[in-house]
Amino acid sequence: MTEAAENISLDDTAVSVAEPLRTHPMSLAVKAANSLQNALFPMAAVFFSQRDEPWAIYAALGIGLLVALMSAGFGYVAWRRLTYTVGEEDIRVESGVLSRAARSVPFERIQDVSLEQSLIPRLLGLVSVKFETGAGGGEDLALKFLSENEGERLREVIKARKDGVTHVSSPGEDSNEPVEAAPAEVIFAMGEKRLLIFGLFEFSLAVFAVIAGLFQYAETFATIEFLDPDRFTDWLTGTGGFLSGLGLVTQIASFLAGLLVFFVVGSITGLVRVLLRDWDFVLERTEQGFRRRRGMFTKTDVVMPIHRVQAIKVVTGFIRRRFGWHGLKFVSLAQDSGSASHDVAPFAQMAEIAPIAEIAGFAVDPEQGVEWQRGSRNYRIDSAIISIILLGLIACGVGTGLYFSGVANPLYAGLILSIGILLAMREMFLWRYDFNAIDGRHFFVKRGWLAPKLDVASRVKLQSVEIARGPLAQRRGYATLKLGLAGGNLDFEGLPVERARELREAILASIARTDFSELSR
Amino acid sequence: MDDTDTELTPLHPNHVKVTRIVAALFALPFVIGSIVLEVVDVLPFGVFVVPVFLLAAFLVIRVPLRRYHARGYDMGEDRLRVVRGILFRSDTVVPFGRIQHIDVNQGPLQRAYGIATLTVHTAGTHNASVHLPGLENSLAMDMREEIRAHIKRETL
Repeated sequence: MTEAAENISLDDTAVSVAEPLRTHPMSLAVKAANSLQNALFPMAAVFFSQRDEPWAIYAALGIGLLVALMSAGFGYVAWRRLTYTVGEEDIRVESGVLSRAARSVPFERIQDVSLEQSLIPRLLGLVSVKFETGAGGGEDLALKFLSENEGERLREVIKARKDGVTHVSSPGEDSNEPVEAAPAEVIFAMGEKRLLIFGLFEFSLAVFAVIAGLFQYAETFATIEFLDPDRFTDWLTGTGGFLSGLGLVTQIASFLAGLLVFFVVGSITGLVRVLLRDWDFVLERTEQGFRRRRGMFTKTDVVMPIHRVQAIKVVTGFIRRRFGWHGLKFVSLAQDSGSASHDVAPFAQMAEIAPIAEIAGFAVDPEQGVEWQRGSRNYRIDSAIISIILLGLIACGVGTGLYFSGVANPLYAGLILSIGILLAMREMFLWRYDFNAIDGRHFFVKRGWLAPKLDVASRVKLQSVEIARGPLAQRRGYATLKLGLAGGNLDFEGLPVERARELREAILASIARTDFSELSR
Repeated sequence: MDDTDTELTPLHPNHVKVTRIVAALFALPFVIGSIVLEVVDVLPFGVFVVPVFLLAAFLVIRVPLRRYHARGYDMGEDRLRVVRGILFRSDTVVPFGRIQHIDVNQGPLQRAYGIATLTVHTAGTHNASVHLPGLENSLAMDMREEIRAHIKRETL
């Protein structure tokens, strides 16, 4: 599956009858605009470092112009030399100025075709088309940029050809599948109100990191000593310092005001991020599978065939859970903007999530009569003891160090030991919230106390089963069950060994009944 | 399926020899180093040589044998089971129906002793490839054919 994208020699094109096509000419403009972005930093660098010279501004502009011209020139040649051909069985892209590369991706291997529009292409009506094959290392084929119509057409053509191919290869299948275009059915959408609530829960401090980063950047170029620690200490505590000059009440008030600002800025950041990312969030059920569209300036449009969903994850946060809000993700081999799992319902009530999971062939709760089971009690005790011993050893080391150096009372090392005891208590406590369950079709793992995470894997879609036991586990009768899942990880530590074997037997029995190649039907 | 090791097939005895040679090659520089340190006479005789020789002997003679006994496999009707590890035991089962492709590899040492490593690849992120070393070369080939035939049959 990983070698889906293979190079095929140029003479091999006899089968295809289609014309080689070029990407949209306006994509040159997008590339030029993007290269201007790249030119900004060198421009700023030149400007700031030479700003005492009268010609600094011209030098900076000249560099910008040079970069833009160069990239326009290269871009044009590269554009002339890049063609794509939609053949009978595959899509081919030939590219390269000096060295030519021809890549062929068979339709059968294309998992999803996703369309993505960031701000500038969107203004120009262009779209980036990405063919997801599940190949690792960002090796997916992408065409940048095509017109929106061409993108849609390509997607339809590939879906149609792909269906054609699968039907030819499996003639035994009866044809009562809904081949005729069923109207897309919206199964989940988020309106403005939902997004507002979602945004408030996505409290984020990223903006502070960005601001600090900008200051540091500015500092290196402009030698502005914003973050000079001495300056701050002077300002706060020095003779006639700012803070010490204020009364206690004022100090507390300003501290509270600071907290408030912190909270407001964090909330606004979260809100803005959510609005930008999830604006107009629509999840539809189409004949090809799930189709998700979202985004305010960067619009994305992703299709996920149902049978490619390997497992689902239900996540939540410790506050939003009080209000019943959860998020649903699909695990598949295809990538969703860098992360391995696709957000399909980032902020929804369980009553909305369960039907979506059901369409994908998953359940969020075990069948009636199946009970959640905990891990081994021995594992619970052992992991607590290990925490104590580990931090106890560190405490001994630190205590000895303090004793001989005489820097502080060696009893301070007791603090470290008490952290160890706290960690041990945490292990003892959290053990009560780690569950696993298996029913006829799925394996469930639920972890966590305040914000429990639920992983559900389909028994037949697992790839391998491993029972791993360390030296302690062998003596104390527990084991870690590690499951091979395409596109993700699923394991459970500290299962009683009989339970681990029972689970393995059950899962292997379901796997062996279905061959890998049948999974996609 | 229980965990009794009796039902597991042991590897070819030559596997011990190969792992011993590899361990010996690994230990050799340290042994030479310890001899050199003895010759230059920094510390009284035996401070370096004795522990290094003991450790090397343990690594070359004892460990490969124990690891050999800890290893084993089982070709089932529809699955391959691979067991390994002394301290950290791992017991992996890969159903034939989930195997994507199969490799048989032979290093120069392995070739001299007529053994090979069978590697099966799955689509899973964990256990993406499962190695089974120390099989007699012809047996590894046969196992590959058997697994391949099974995949073909199920796919048709």
